[in-house]
Amino acid sequence: MKPPPFEYARAASLEEALGLLETPGARVLAGGQSLMPLLNLRLARPSLVVDVGRLPGLDGIAADPDGGLRLGALVRHQQLLADPLAAERAPLLRQAVRHVGHVAIRNWGTLGGSLAHADPSAELATAAIALDAELRLLSRSGERGVRARDFFKGPFVTDLRDQELLTEVRVPARPTGESSAFLEVAPRQGDFAIVAVAALARVAERTLTGVTVAWSGAAPTPRLAAELGPSLEGMTLDGDDLERTCGEAGRRLSPPSDVTTSADYRRAALGVLAVRAIRAAAA
Amino acid sequence: MRVRLTVNGVRNEVEVEPRRLLADVLRHRLGCHGVHLACEQGACGACSVKVDGRLTLSCLMLAAQADGAQITTIEGLAGADGTLHPVQRAFNEEHGLQCGFCTPGFILAVTDLLERIPDPEEETIRRELSGNLCRCTGYTNIVKAVRTASRLMREVNGGAGRSAPTVPSPTEGGGRAT
Repeated sequence: MKPPPFEYARAASLEEALGLLETPGARVLAGGQSLMPLLNLRLARPSLVVDVGRLPGLDGIAADPDGGLRLGALVRHQQLLADPLAAERAPLLRQAVRHVGHVAIRNWGTLGGSLAHADPSAELATAAIALDAELRLLSRSGERGVRARDFFKGPFVTDLRDQELLTEVRVPARPTGESSAFLEVAPRQGDFAIVAVAALARVAERTLTGVTVAWSGAAPTPRLAAELGPSLEGMTLDGDDLERTCGEAGRRLSPPSDVTTSADYRRAALGVLAVRAIRAAAA
Repeated sequence: MRVRLTVNGVRNEVEVEPRRLLADVLRHRLGCHGVHLACEQGACGACSVKVDGRLTLSCLMLAAQADGAQITTIEGLAGADGTLHPVQRAFNEEHGLQCGFCTPGFILAVTDLLERIPDPEEETIRRELSGNLCRCTGYTNIVKAVRTASRLMREVNGGAGRSAPTVPSPTEGGGRAT
């Protein structure tokens, strides 16, 4: 189908964008790789499309003095994939974004757009939760920060208010010696993930410390595997303790069931994928 | 609203509704009938064009968003005298098409692939072209055509031997779990 009628305005400045977003029924268009399909399918019917794609100053990846990373909301997926600073300070982002769509989609799709769209299978949402990233939300009435872990409220539902614009993602400094991996099961290359796991861990003498696991497909939104991480503290990579603990964590989940994938499949796949992701991070 | 688009080197200015897709403006207003539309949700790659040098799904971009851009469609690849682009020649020689519907999108995607990775392995070709669907399922000859196009383009460019990829490989450092 074709998009329904709407008004269109390209914002030249952040101030102008925030003003336009006060219009009832306004919707932000950044890279368009999520909103355009929704418009074509007429699942979205905005009164006004506010194109922020050319706003200056929102497409940078910069070092935070404390060792973290600041990523503008308009950072494109292909830019994130190739960025050396992001690869050094938060390699999990690159490990996640390489699963997003295909090159044409990664050329235009943005970090902020992916997070604000909040697809339940979104790789970058899962990675942001694992990294404990903070999202900066700006409106005419002020700015606030929300942890990625508190941002996703349901499928395609977030803490973002109508008049707010997601402007920046801040990734805190990660512990020295931490490594990471991102694995997913998808029906085909570049398709939406059925399940995905982001793992962060430190490994010394085959022993895990500081394990953080986030997953998608485990619940209606990507989420932290809050009990699994701490339960792996001090665990050895030898033997099958890891398999048993991750398998049990998977079996305790109440994942969604849909026409292509049962909840049982997701429970089993998440347990296995968590083991593989932790072992890949440790390798 | 008025939108300025430079398409295959020709400057145009068209009056369009804000909701018009770039693909539809290229097809119906600017005569680029080689821009094919199938899924209209970014899943098939048939509408691939280049916007300011970037491979783009023209069904996922408003014409308004492309205002001021330089656009290349399949119509812009052959020379003015009809000499085919090396990728077009390779698809011809290797019979890299059956019904031909997906072909313009594939050819644009292959030119983009060979700019980034001049001499890709078969596995890389299959991964990098996974955003383009051929419902005749003629992938084997499409992969052959990419190998031939790679050779033709390296001959044209005077280069020999295997070149290093210029962007990180999406499968580098850990595979898929499927």
